[in-house]
Amino acid sequence: MDEIRWLIGASYLVAAVLFIFGLKEMSSPSTARKGIVWAGVGMVLATAVTFLTPGESTLFMPLDNIILMAIAIAIGGSVAWIFGKRVAMTDMPQMVAIYNGMGGGAAAGIAAVEFARGHMEGAVIFALATLGALIGSISFSGSIVAFAKLQGLMNKAFRLPAQNAVNIVLAFATFGLGIAIVWLGQSAPAWMLIAFFISALVLGVIVTLPIGGADMPVVISLFNALTGLAVGFEGYVIGNPLLIIAGIVVGAAGTLLTQLMAKAMNRPIANILFQPISGEAQAGGAIDGTMKEILALDAAMMMRYSGKVIIIPGYGMAVAGAQHKVWEMTKLLEDAGVDVRFAIHPVAGRMPGHMNVLLAEAGVPYEKIFDLEEINSDFSQADVALVIGANDVVNPVARADKSSPIYGMPILNADYAAQVIVVKRGQGAGYSGIENALFYKENCHMLYGSAQKAIADVIQNVKTAG
Amino acid sequence: MAASNRLSVCKTKAGNSKEKIMDGFIAVYIFMLAAFTGYEVISRVPVILHTPLMSGSNFIHGVILVGAMVALGHAETPLEQAIGFVAVLLGAANAAGGYVVTERMLAMFKNGKEQSHG
Repeated sequence: MDEIRWLIGASYLVAAVLFIFGLKEMSSPSTARKGIVWAGVGMVLATAVTFLTPGESTLFMPLDNIILMAIAIAIGGSVAWIFGKRVAMTDMPQMVAIYNGMGGGAAAGIAAVEFARGHMEGAVIFALATLGALIGSISFSGSIVAFAKLQGLMNKAFRLPAQNAVNIVLAFATFGLGIAIVWLGQSAPAWMLIAFFISALVLGVIVTLPIGGADMPVVISLFNALTGLAVGFEGYVIGNPLLIIAGIVVGAAGTLLTQLMAKAMNRPIANILFQPISGEAQAGGAIDGTMKEILALDAAMMMRYSGKVIIIPGYGMAVAGAQHKVWEMTKLLEDAGVDVRFAIHPVAGRMPGHMNVLLAEAGVPYEKIFDLEEINSDFSQADVALVIGANDVVNPVARADKSSPIYGMPILNADYAAQVIVVKRGQGAGYSGIENALFYKENCHMLYGSAQKAIADVIQNVKTAG
Repeated sequence: MAASNRLSVCKTKAGNSKEKIMDGFIAVYIFMLAAFTGYEVISRVPVILHTPLMSGSNFIHGVILVGAMVALGHAETPLEQAIGFVAVLLGAANAAGGYVVTERMLAMFKNGKEQSHG
């Protein structure tokens, strides 16, 4: 038995090294693909040796319920694998959300099993089991709501009356139950445990419900970090160092990532959770001027005979699946001697880096893709800024109007370009519901239509121009 | 009382109190070092990799599957087995789904440079 324990311990150690090494490799574009494969090897190894774990009841028998285990892995693993393979690239953020939620649910489940078994001992173990259960449950139900929203199954934002008060009361009730459970230890009654899990789950739902729009990725990232912590805590409860290491590494990394995202939007995390952006918070009354429409032909000529074009892609482009068309247009313009670059706002798409992934999928090389800091000073020298399906990230209101809910968010200075062309489906407001002052500017032209069709028309016209 | 009865059945991992204190501190050391590691690994990452990296870290906490297996392996009553079963199911989905999604995102970064003329 000692040999098997040694083998398992050594395998967990190797898996932990592979996880950290994989994460490290994933932080550089050239090695990123190898990174996930290494981490995958670690996961397979850790899962395989766990089947060999000696049981507690009989010394020479493996863990109980091996068959149940295999069935659960086969079902859960294959269903998730198939969905992960089939889903469209634009839907990736919600897939991350749902799989993350499942991890949180699993962590809460472990805590529930341990509570039910009643073999836990010591206040620290109880505290960490309870904390892990709380965080895991919130992450589970919250991620499901996030998934439903991004998938379009649920209204974008939904606020209860006196939302913050309800949140606070429920949060206190949940914490109170948790503290009582830790205090009572093994003698905590079943109803208390059930009430605790239910209130934690409800808390996850109502905290996530009012959050919408551009805040969503930050919340998913936050839940990702929380699940990591829950995994680490439950790892301590069941005495498994691999879970502690993997969980806490993800918890720390996820926290940093969440901060980076929140910073990019200039929205403190507390504001995202408790003061969601709402469309009603209208900025400084009506905006002067009118929107001017432009035809695809004129848009094509404007870009074809200019020197520098900067393209600002947004989620609208991704939804229309127009990135391939955009790249085709870019190549045509470049053949005509136009310098074309892409400017990516930190929260373009639904997550930081999401737009880069979509452009990479279409074949746009990295050298043409620039961050906000890199390119923002170049807009004043650009002849044309082409905004495709982006809205809030180019709204100059964020720069000047203190009353606007997006005031202070860094934006791409599209309005500084000599001419601006905005490809947009209709005249409605953006994702956050805020009017865009850019559209009313003198140098701004609206090209209406779905990104796919509008860009195809532009391509046609550029081609005829030769 | 049921509680004291249960406690007496319980097995203690460390023999004496000295070892227990050491064990507790070792866990705290692991927490601390792991936290620094996670922070360091992410802090030098280009923006283009933020989403794949979030997805990758989502995959890594899929290791909760291992914990869920251990929990199910110790489950005795039908209730415990049911919860453990669901936990393993969810953990496996987290791991498998997280891997596929991350792999697909990162696959797009292959040969990015060579495609510039494509």
